[in-house]
Amino acid sequence: MNTLLSILLLTLSILLATFVLQISKQLNHHLEKNSKPFDMVIGAKGSPLQLVLSAILHIDNPTGNISLDEALRISKNPMIKEAIPVSYGDNYRGYRILGTSDEYVRKYGATLKEGELNTKNFETVFGAEVAKNLNLSIGDSFVSSHGLIQNEIEAHDEKPFVMTGILAPTGTVVDHLIITNLESIWEVHEHKDERLEHHEEHKEITALLLNFRNPIGALQLSRSINKDTSLQGALPKFEIDRLLNFLGIGFQAINAIAMAILLVAGLSIFISLIKTVRERKHELALLRTYGATTFQLLKLVFFEALFLSLIGYILGWLLGRISILLFSALDSDTYKYHFEASTPDIKEFLILVIVIFMTILAAILASYSLFKLNISKNLADA
Amino acid sequence: MIRTTSLRFTYQNTKTHTFNFPDIDLSFEQNALILGPSGVGKTTLLHLMAGLLIPKKGNVFIGNTCVHQLTRNQLNNFRGKHIGIIFQRAYFIKSLTLLENLRIREKLSKKTTDQHRRKRLLEQLELTEVRNKKVHELSEGQRQRLLIALGVIHKPKVIFADEPTSNLDDKNCEKVISLLKKEAQICKSNLVIITHDQRVKSHFNKHIIL
Repeated sequence: MNTLLSILLLTLSILLATFVLQISKQLNHHLEKNSKPFDMVIGAKGSPLQLVLSAILHIDNPTGNISLDEALRISKNPMIKEAIPVSYGDNYRGYRILGTSDEYVRKYGATLKEGELNTKNFETVFGAEVAKNLNLSIGDSFVSSHGLIQNEIEAHDEKPFVMTGILAPTGTVVDHLIITNLESIWEVHEHKDERLEHHEEHKEITALLLNFRNPIGALQLSRSINKDTSLQGALPKFEIDRLLNFLGIGFQAINAIAMAILLVAGLSIFISLIKTVRERKHELALLRTYGATTFQLLKLVFFEALFLSLIGYILGWLLGRISILLFSALDSDTYKYHFEASTPDIKEFLILVIVIFMTILAAILASYSLFKLNISKNLADA
Repeated sequence: MIRTTSLRFTYQNTKTHTFNFPDIDLSFEQNALILGPSGVGKTTLLHLMAGLLIPKKGNVFIGNTCVHQLTRNQLNNFRGKHIGIIFQRAYFIKSLTLLENLRIREKLSKKTTDQHRRKRLLEQLELTEVRNKKVHELSEGQRQRLLIALGVIHKPKVIFADEPTSNLDDKNCEKVISLLKKEAQICKSNLVIITHDQRVKSHFNKHIIL
């Protein structure tokens, strides 16, 4: 009973610790990988974090639209190496349709798996995850609906899209997007804009993704944009770091709880060992008369402890991985990201070392009485 | 061969009472009975001779070895190799089977294991059929015989038996004594039995009375 409790405690603490480690590690990796291709985002004024989350990670709503002309003017700045406009606001069955230029896909290193890239208006390529989850094949047409959440009410029935290709999986946000060109997005929304003659002047995009020739450029430009224009420039790296700092506090709290439980588990193993040694005093004394040394008895106690710890650790690790898969299955619709059950990493190995060290300590303390084991007294008729 | 010289022993918690034991001198393969009423220190003497207790004074010689001049590790080794003890109470490793208990005894004695010997011993003690049973599944008689097997399996120089017949009826008492004598003969060892059982007396010539 006591033994079972020790194993459970250990399992729980390892579960928590590995779960949090994995989530934070994969989240960090995911956020960094996706924000790395761009030095800066320019969008409508609002929260810079929201702008980054929506324009780069595609998990939040956009801050608003900006005028294409204004965006193009900024992109003429000599410090800017490249500028990729993105425009979104429609979805197909909950998957965002992103209007952008050809470079966008290239920036994320996505290659074509099947079919062809979109060249004409209303041609689309599907990210790997989208293609997998939607039962469409190349050549099929579909109708987008307005907004970023799946709905059937505001469908753009009159302007169907065609699927021309599927991208190979990249592990980035591209996997969750349907990509088309900017013109298609504009055309879909033309019916709202009754004044056709003004249309050319009012072309809008949602955000402009920029890369600079040198990092100082980004800082200078963001300052001048935020001060002098109605737009805002947000630095993805800075915003993501800020976000991770917020999350880090939560992760640290859970880690501290895991460590506290680990300590209790260690104590519980220690108590269970003391009990074992006391209950088996006769057997241990008997082994001494068989010629066993004190050290051999110590080894027995230690191996028992190690056995408990390893069971607890392995069980905790496995449950941690299963939890990640469950968590991933539950949240992937919201965050457009799959957590994976990856192989053990160095930090988990470090936890294992800590657990083993704790076990050794518990075993040595618990078997202190073995050094003074009175063979005669334990075996005499008492 | 076993010899004791002016053995004295005091238990730490009762410092007032000191046991004084008579000198014992047994020649090669000679068996002996140590007799005496309860509380006179029979088990204490046995534990002293088996190297489980350290005497206050005096010494024990088994073969050519002075038992109480051995270092801790030498003593461990010596006990494992040359001393077989049949305890009064049935102590085993409870979680193991009969055969595993025997194996662990052999292994810790650090002598080369003799499969033939193990097999024959099991046959003699009629334990062959229950050898894979867990210890707690054995009957009282089977446990008694396992105790004997554990005391002699490694062919020790001396076999000590602590009240081996106290719980047995006449027929089984007879059987156990003859088994012990036979094993002592096979192992070419001294057999030392402590008992207050009058039935055993007639089977041995040498009596040491405490």
